[in-house]
Amino acid sequence: MVQRLKEVDVVIVGVGMVGSIVAKELAAAGYKVVGLERGEARFTVPEFQSPAVHDELRFDIRKALMQDNTREPVTFRNASSETALPVRRWESFLPGTGLGGSMVHWNGQTYRFQANDFELATRTKERYGKNFLDKDVTIQDWGVTYAELEPHYDRFEYLLGTSGKAGNIKGEIQPGGDPHESPRSREYPTPPQKEHFQGALFRKAATSLGYHPFPQPSSNLSQPYTNPEGVKLNACVFCGFCERYACEHYAKSTPQTVILPVLLANSNFELRTGCQVQRINLDSSKKKATGVTYIDTAGREFEQPASLVITASFALNNVRMLLLSGIDKPYNPQSGTGVVGRNYAYQTMSSVAAFFDQDVIINPFMASGASGTLINDFAGDNFDHSGLGFIGGAFIGAVNTNGRPIQYHPVPPGTPAWGQGWKEAVVKHYNHTVMFSLHGSSVSTRQNYLDLDPTYRDAWGQPLLRMTFDFPQNDLKMAAYVTAKGVEIGKAMGAKLVAGAPRKAPYTTTVYQTTHNTGGTVMGNDPRTSVVNRYLQSWDVPNVFVIGASAYPQNASWNPTDTLGALTYWAIDALKNRYLKNPGRLVSA
Amino acid sequence: MDKFSRRKFVATIGAATVAPASALLKAAPAEAVAPQQMAQRGSATLPAKPLYLFFNLAEAAFIESACERLIPADESGPGALGAGVPNYLDKQLGGAWGSGERLYRSGPWQSGSPSQGYQLPFTPAELFHVALRAVNRNFESQGAAFGTLSAEAQDAYLKTLEAGGVDLDGVPSAVFFDMLLRMSIEGFFSDPVYGGNRDMVAWRMIGFPGAYADYYEAIDRHGEKFAREPMSIGEDALRHVHIDPNIPASL
Repeated sequence: MVQRLKEVDVVIVGVGMVGSIVAKELAAAGYKVVGLERGEARFTVPEFQSPAVHDELRFDIRKALMQDNTREPVTFRNASSETALPVRRWESFLPGTGLGGSMVHWNGQTYRFQANDFELATRTKERYGKNFLDKDVTIQDWGVTYAELEPHYDRFEYLLGTSGKAGNIKGEIQPGGDPHESPRSREYPTPPQKEHFQGALFRKAATSLGYHPFPQPSSNLSQPYTNPEGVKLNACVFCGFCERYACEHYAKSTPQTVILPVLLANSNFELRTGCQVQRINLDSSKKKATGVTYIDTAGREFEQPASLVITASFALNNVRMLLLSGIDKPYNPQSGTGVVGRNYAYQTMSSVAAFFDQDVIINPFMASGASGTLINDFAGDNFDHSGLGFIGGAFIGAVNTNGRPIQYHPVPPGTPAWGQGWKEAVVKHYNHTVMFSLHGSSVSTRQNYLDLDPTYRDAWGQPLLRMTFDFPQNDLKMAAYVTAKGVEIGKAMGAKLVAGAPRKAPYTTTVYQTTHNTGGTVMGNDPRTSVVNRYLQSWDVPNVFVIGASAYPQNASWNPTDTLGALTYWAIDALKNRYLKNPGRLVSA
Repeated sequence: MDKFSRRKFVATIGAATVAPASALLKAAPAEAVAPQQMAQRGSATLPAKPLYLFFNLAEAAFIESACERLIPADESGPGALGAGVPNYLDKQLGGAWGSGERLYRSGPWQSGSPSQGYQLPFTPAELFHVALRAVNRNFESQGAAFGTLSAEAQDAYLKTLEAGGVDLDGVPSAVFFDMLLRMSIEGFFSDPVYGGNRDMVAWRMIGFPGAYADYYEAIDRHGEKFAREPMSIGEDALRHVHIDPNIPASL
C-alpha cells in the first residue's frame, strides 16, 4: 500500500553537493524542502575517523563508499550492435552513495572550464571551418556563457575554500597562475597547497620547455578557512587518502564540511535517508510533475507530493530517473531524434610514467588529492589544432595523489606480471617514479548514448540504465598527441625511462579511469537537441529541474565538479528570483 | 559538536603515538627500520601455520605453493607465504567477499567481450572451490602434488593457467589465475588486520608508512627518505596489531 505524504514545496532527489546547496538556498528562502537520499546519513564524526578510514582494501578495492552495485548497477556495451551486459563489479567509474554523495570521496581537483568550452560548436566552426570535425561528432554550445557563470564559479569556490593561484584576474595575467584560464573576478579563497617533489620536478622541466606550470587548484585546503556560510575547515596534512575515501581532518571540501551543518539546522528542510526514488510522478497531461514515489529501507512505498521536483543525483542516475518517469523523449541513435540519453560523454585519460634512479626519492604517499603541478598548454583549445584532425586536449600534470600500494606499484613496460621479476621491479621503482595524469576532453557523438536496458533490472524491479560507449576517433587522436607531449616533459625531467600510455580503444569497464560521466540530460537553447534549457529546467515538464553533470553537452579537459557547482548556483538564481515567484517556463520552447 | 569530538579524539588517541614528521625525517637512515628484526618479532608472535577455515588441506597446499611463486621470498624480504597471503585468501573467500560482496548476481548469464568484465555466475568462493578441485584432480592423476614440483615446473604450470584455454570444470583458467593474482597482491599489500602483510613486511619492503597520516612538515622536504615504522589501522599504543576476534586470521 502506498502511503501518501503531506505536500511540500520542493522535493530533491539525491542529497549530495548539488542537493545540499539547492536545499540550503531554498529552505533559507522560506520554502518547505524535503531531501531524499537513498544511502545512509554519515558525518566526519563518527563515521570518517582514522585510523579505520585509512584502509586501502576496504575503500579502494572493495569500494565501501560506492553505489550498491549488487542492487543498482548499469549495463554496458561498446556499440549498439552488441548485447549490453551488467557491469557486475565497479571499476571504470565509481558513483558514490549516501549523504554528501560522490563528493565525499572526490579528490578535490577544482578547475573551471574555459570560455571556449561553453561555445564549443560555434567557436570550433569559427576557428577551423565547418568541415573540420569527424562526421559522428555532436558537440554543441551550452546555452550559457563563461561570463554568465563566472560569479557562480566564484561563489562555489568560496564555499569550498579552494586553494590555488589565479592566473587571470579581470584580464590581467598573474605570475604563478595558469595564464590560459578565462578571467576570474578575484584570487582563490586560499593560497595553493605545498608542492610535492613530483610537482617540483615537473615544474622545472615544463618551464625549461617553455610551458606554463601552475599549482593544481585544490579543495583540500592549504590553511584553516571559514566559508561564507560560517562553516570552518582545517588545513590538509597530505595523508594520501583522498579519492575513494572520506576525509577525517575536516580539510577536504565536501557537503559535510561546507554546507550540511547549515542546511540541517534549518527547520524548513527535512532529510530522509534510505529512500530509493522510483520515479517522478506526472499528472494526466504528462506535462506537470506531482511529486515522487519512493521506497524506504524497510520496503514501504511512499508518495511525496511537491510543487517542484529537482533531480540532483549523479549524472547517470539523473538520466535514468527521467527515462523511468517518461519525461521527454528517449534518444534514438538510428534516427538521431529524441533527447534523453543523448550526448553521453566521459573523459579520455592517458598517463606517462617517469622512472628515476635510486637516489631520487619521491615519497609518493605524501600527497593530497589535488596537490600537483600541471600545464594547460595542451588543454582545450589552448593550442592550434589546424591540421591535427581533432579538437580538445588534456591537462598534463604530475598530479599524483597517493602511494597506496595495492593499486600503486608502478613498474616499467615489459615487467612480468608476477614472480621474482615483478617483485624486484615493484621494490625498485615504488619510491622512485613520477606518474603524470593526462586528463583529456571527450566529445559527444551520435553513437554514444544512454537508455534503459531491455533485460536487466535493479533490486526494485526497474530497468537498469544501459550505456553504449566507445572512444571516438577524435579523442583517440587527441590522446596520442598529448601523450607524446607528456613523454617529452618526462624526458626533460631527467628520468631514466619514460613510458607513455595514450588511451586506446576499446573503452573497457574493467580498469579505473575516472568518475567523470557526463551528458544524457544536456542543456541548450533548442528542445530538439537538449533536455533542459539554459537554467536546467526540463523543456517537457517545466516543474522539474535536472541539475548535474548530465547537463554537459560534451566534456572538457578538466574535472567537472567546479563547473557543476557554478551551474548549481546559476540554476538557484533562476529558481529563487524568477521561477518560484512565477512558476512556468523560464525560456519559451 | 563535531569539532569538540575531533579535538577530544586527538587528545586521547593521537598525541601518544604521533610524532611530528619533521623529527622523523631527521632520524636515522633506512637501516633503522631493521626489517629482519621486525620479521623475527612477527614470527615470534604469530605461528607460521594459519588455521584454514575455507580451504581444505589439498586446496591450501596448492594455494600456499602457488602464491609463493607469484610473490616469492628473495633478498628484499618474505614472499606471499611469509606475509600470510594464503591466510588472507582463506579469510576473504570464507567471508563476505567470497560469497559475492559487491558482485551483481542477476541473470541471464552470457559471456561478453573483455571490456564487459566478469560475467560468470560463480561467486569467488564457488570459483576457487571449483577451479581448485579441477587443478588438484589433475595433479592427483599425475601422482605428484603441485608443491612437489620444481619452481620452474610450478611456474610453467601457472603460465598455462594464465594463458587461458584450460577449462577448470567450467572456470576458464585465465579467470581463476587473474583472481588468484589480484587477491595475492591485495593480501600482500593490504593492512595486516586482514590476515596478510604479516607484521607489515610488504610495506617495509617498499617504504610505505601504511595508515600513518601526517606529512604536513615532510612534503616539501623534497628527496629526503621518510624513515618511519609503518603503522597498521589495528595498532594499539604498544604497536601490537589486533586482529578482529571474530575473524581468526591467525591462531
